[in-house]
Amino acid sequence: MEIARHWRLKQQRYGLVGEVCPHCDYKIFPPRDICPNCGNEARTQYTFSGKGEIFSYTTIYEAPTGYDSNAPYTVAIVKLTEGPMITAQLTDLGEQPVEIGMPVEMVTRKIRNDGDERGVIVYGYKFRPVMGA
Amino acid sequence: MKEIVISGIGQTAAGEQWEISLRDLAYQAIKQALDDSGGLKPQALFVGNMLSLNLSNQAHLGGLLADYAGLTGIEAVTLEAAGASGGAALRQGYLAIASGLVDTALVVGVEKFTDKIGTDVEAALASGMDSDYEAMQGLTPVAQAAFLMQRYIYEYKVPADGFAGFALTAHANGAGNKFAMYQKAIKPETYARAEKVCDPLNLFDAAPLADGAAALILTRRDLIPQKYSHPLISIAGMGSSTDTLALHDRQDLLSFQAAKIATTQALKRAGISPEQIDLFEYHDAFSIYAALSLEAAGFAKRGLGWQLAADGSIGLKGKIPCATMGGLKARGFTGGASGIYQAIEAALQLRGSAGRNQVENPQHALIQSLGGPASTAVSFVLKKTS
Ligand SMILES: [Zn+2]
Repeated sequence: MEIARHWRLKQQRYGLVGEVCPHCDYKIFPPRDICPNCGNEARTQYTFSGKGEIFSYTTIYEAPTGYDSNAPYTVAIVKLTEGPMITAQLTDLGEQPVEIGMPVEMVTRKIRNDGDERGVIVYGYKFRPVMGA
Repeated sequence: MKEIVISGIGQTAAGEQWEISLRDLAYQAIKQALDDSGGLKPQALFVGNMLSLNLSNQAHLGGLLADYAGLTGIEAVTLEAAGASGGAALRQGYLAIASGLVDTALVVGVEKFTDKIGTDVEAALASGMDSDYEAMQGLTPVAQAAFLMQRYIYEYKVPADGFAGFALTAHANGAGNKFAMYQKAIKPETYARAEKVCDPLNLFDAAPLADGAAALILTRRDLIPQKYSHPLISIAGMGSSTDTLALHDRQDLLSFQAAKIATTQALKRAGISPEQIDLFEYHDAFSIYAALSLEAAGFAKRGLGWQLAADGSIGLKGKIPCATMGGLKARGFTGGASGIYQAIEAALQLRGSAGRNQVENPQHALIQSLGGPASTAVSFVLKKTS
């Protein structure tokens, strides 16, 4: 069920809340208490814009439990405008082919169902093509 | 420091072994290794396993496997580092002897994938990635490898069949290994026609999951029995390093930094350069991993690892023979047993017992045991000692 874990991550999942390093201004996502750039402590919250571009991508046909009813789906590493990268599913693609460098933006969607157990339905970030880009 | 040698080796066939349990599989390999060592008695057992808790609901393999090997009472623990669990267990065996507290160590790698099927296996495999930020997005290890391959092809303009050589070489070598899951060579057309699993990665760019167990006996050179009949193989160098679990947390995705650090350490401790390596057992869970591993080990410059497969350099008679007994691709990806299989295959080559796959008179072999996309890397240099 892991309810506590999903609750703990809600700021990241719904709001892309990360951190900014007070020492070197490095933007951090996912948040961690040590800056990966300078090694100093970083605890200042920072909300990302949700804009970025595709760094790499692929399509998953054989999915894990909880995701299989949604397969096939496209996943990507997105490079956020502020610097860090994030792994997420792509959505609202329509007929548009995905390519490296394509501009995308964050939306909130259902990420996983409860599989065959009485688990939790998880909502969180996905990315879609920027309209008119 | 006392010289530490591999005095016994044992392996089961890799593949779908529905009829054999995890513990029996491990014992088959252990028994062979003990017999092969000429009667050495281990005081410690180190188990490399990745997913027995998820796949077989069985933790605590140290005590279990010691019991089922008739060794109850000896020290025994499991080492887990995803696909590098075998390498981690081997390193621990070495450290135990090097510390002087243990004379002889038994190291066994075992994995049992076929206790579960389909989406449950995918979910178990995904637990080796960043659970909160990769697996939670529905990512799988295959898709992770596809991310790397997609970007690599984009940056270095690799042709469509650029990675074919990895699978062709592995399968050609698998044909000469009676323990391999696949023992048939494949044609370039077979690779070209293969179904895409996670674009651009096709069926032949991914190693098949295989049940299997492999075991080693390590000891100090001065404890080798008088009547010992094999050429001696020593562990001449060793290194270990880590990188981020999540690919998105890396500054440079197309460089296996941990593999580079671990291999540089191993070569330095062995006192040799990459040119002195006669064969390389890389962790080719995916063909892109093989390319990046060749680059990390210093056999190819950045972006050029794939060319060593394309131009035949990794063949048995090539400049740097790789996956000489089929690699993970043809022998099978045996999870936490992989690093031990790699060590056994390298030891067979150095002993001159690799049959029709024998590389000509090898003196040094390099092994890279990787967990995920080199999130953990454990490297070894094995040496034929006279
Ligand atoms: Zn900083």
